[in-house]
Amino acid sequence: MLKKSTVKISGLSHWYGKGSMKRQVLKSISMDIAPGEVVLLTGPSGCGKTTLLTLIGALRKVQLGELSVFGHELRGSSQKTRQLLRRRIGMIFQGHNLLRCLSAEQNVQMGSDLLKGLSYRDRRTQACEWLNAVGLEDQKRKLPHDLSGGQKQRVAIARALAARPKLLLADEPTSALDSVTGREIVDLLKKLALEQSCSVLMVTHDPRILDVADRLLKMEDGQLLPSIG
Amino acid sequence: MTIYFWDKRRIPLAWLLLTRQPLRLFVALAGICFAGILMFMQLGFRDGLFDASVTVHKLFDADVVLISPRSMSSISMSGFPRRRLIQAMAHPDVVGITPVNWNFLLWRNPKNLSTRSILALGFEPNDLLLKDPQFTSKANTLTIKGRVLFDELSRDEFGPVPAWFRDGRVVETEVAGKRVRVSGLVSLGPSFGADGNILTSRETFLELLPGTPPGSIEIGLVRLRSDANKDNIVKALNLSLPTDVRVLTKKEFIEFEKNYWRSSTSIGFIFSLGAAMGFVVGCVIVYQILYSDVSDHLPEYATLMAMGYRLKTLLGVVAREGILLAIMGYLPAYGSAQLLYALVRNSTKLPVEMDLQRAILVFILILFMCMGSALVAMRRLADADPAEIF
Repeated sequence: MLKKSTVKISGLSHWYGKGSMKRQVLKSISMDIAPGEVVLLTGPSGCGKTTLLTLIGALRKVQLGELSVFGHELRGSSQKTRQLLRRRIGMIFQGHNLLRCLSAEQNVQMGSDLLKGLSYRDRRTQACEWLNAVGLEDQKRKLPHDLSGGQKQRVAIARALAARPKLLLADEPTSALDSVTGREIVDLLKKLALEQSCSVLMVTHDPRILDVADRLLKMEDGQLLPSIG
Repeated sequence: MTIYFWDKRRIPLAWLLLTRQPLRLFVALAGICFAGILMFMQLGFRDGLFDASVTVHKLFDADVVLISPRSMSSISMSGFPRRRLIQAMAHPDVVGITPVNWNFLLWRNPKNLSTRSILALGFEPNDLLLKDPQFTSKANTLTIKGRVLFDELSRDEFGPVPAWFRDGRVVETEVAGKRVRVSGLVSLGPSFGADGNILTSRETFLELLPGTPPGSIEIGLVRLRSDANKDNIVKALNLSLPTDVRVLTKKEFIEFEKNYWRSSTSIGFIFSLGAAMGFVVGCVIVYQILYSDVSDHLPEYATLMAMGYRLKTLLGVVAREGILLAIMGYLPAYGSAQLLYALVRNSTKLPVEMDLQRAILVFILILFMCMGSALVAMRRLADADPAEIF
C-alpha cells in the first residue's frame, strides 16, 4: 500500500461512565479510510456510531486501541495536537449548528478564517465561492433564522469545506430534511468532497442515500459487522 | 503594520454577538449606563462638596499662606502673632504680605431680622486680597469705618441684600450687634463651612469683635516674585520662623482645608460607598447578561471548538464583548453625567464639574466591571464540550 490511509483504526475500544455504571460502547473496532474514499456508517441508534465519529474527529480522548488521523496517533495526544488536527477535519452536524448571529456568508467565513496566511479579502472571496458552489449565491446576507433546513445544511457543508479539510465527518446530515432535499445535499457533499480529494465518513440512518458510498460499514452493539460494500 | 493586522482580521464575532441581539444589548447598556451615571454622580457630589469647602481659599491672591498650627479648618481658625508675617517679609523673594482676620459673626437679615452665622474677613483695604482686578476699587470703600462688602453669592437666608443694593437702596444691618452698611458686592460663593461671606476693614473687624487681640491674625497671605521657587521658600520660612506659625503653599492651604472635610467628616465615605454600590450593581447586571449570552451560545461555541478554534480564541470573544460593552455603556453615561452636573450646578450652586481624572476613573471602573464579569462568565465556556454536539 503506497498511499497512506487518512484514518487508521485498530482495536479501538471505548467506555462511558465509571465504576458499576461503566458501559462499553465500542468493542475493538478496526478499519481504514483511504484518501478520497466515501464511507457510510449505518447501524441502529445507540450502537456507538457517533462515539466513533467524535473519536476520529479528535473531540474525545482515546481510551484503548490505536487511532491515527493523517498519520497522527491520537492516543495520549495533547489538547493542542487535537485542536490543530480538528482544523484539518471538516464536520457537518445533524443540527447544522450554524452561528445564529452570523449571516450565511459569515458562517462560511468562520471556516475559511481558520486558514493561515490568507488576507481577509481572500478569505471572504473564498467564502463567497463556497456559497456559490452550494447554490446559495443569493442568500449570502441572510441569517440562519431566515433559511430553510436544506439551505442551512448547505451553508454547513460550505463552512466545513471552506477550511479545506482532507477528511469530512458527517453525522446524519439528512435526518432533518425531506427525501428530495436530503438526496441533493448528499450528492452535493460527495461531489464537492471528491473535487477536493477529501475522504468522507458519514453516519446515516437514511436507506435512500446508501448508494453514494464507496464502502458501506454496518455497526451493531459497538462492533463493526463484516463489510458488505 | 496596521495593514498587516487589518488583513489578518477575522469575522468580528464579539461585535456581531452583541449587535444581533439588540434587546439584550439595550438592557446591558442601560445597566452599565445606569451604574456609570451613579458613579459619576456620587463621585461628582463628593468632589464638588470638597471643592465647595475651598471656594474662598482659591480666590486669595497669595503664593504662600501662614496659619496657626492650632487651626484645624476654616470653621475653627486660631490666631497667630502678626509679627510672623512681617518677619516673613525679610525673605528676599517675598514681595508682598496681607494679614487677614477670619472669624464667624452673626449677621442679621435686614428683611426678616433673623440672625445667621456669616464668615467675616478683615484686612487693610490698601492690601491685596483677591485676584479679581476690579476688587481694589471696591476695597477702597472700606476705608470708612462700619462698611462691609457683601458676597452676592451668599445663601438667600441672609436677606435680599444684593437685590436691594443694586436697586440703589442703602442696605444697613447689624453684624455682631453693631450697625454696618453694605458698600459694595463681591462674588465669592458659599462654602461648606460658611453660608455667606462679608469683607471688611481690619479696623471695622476689630470693632465688631472687640475680643480679638490687636496683634493677632488668622491668615497671613504672602506673595512671591514670579520666578521664585515656592517649595524652597516654604521650607526656608518654616525653618526660620518660630513654631507658633505654620507655612503652606496656597495649594497646601487648599488641601489642608479639603483634607479636613475628607478625613474628619463622613462625607467622603458616604459618597464613595454610593459609588461602590453603583459599581456592584453594574457588575451584577453585566455578569447576568454575559453569562446568559455565553450559556445561550454554548452549542455554537462548542461547534467552533470542534472546527478547530482554540479555547483562547473563544475566551477572547467573551473578553471583547466585555470591552465593547464597557465602551458602549460609558459614552452615554458620560453624556448624561455632563447634563446632570449642569442641572446640579444650576440648582445647588455646588461646583460639580466633570474633570478628566474622574472621567478616566469611572471609565476604568466600568472597564473593570465589564472585564471582571466577562472573566466570571468565561468559566461557563469550560462547559462547552465539542464532543457533546453531535
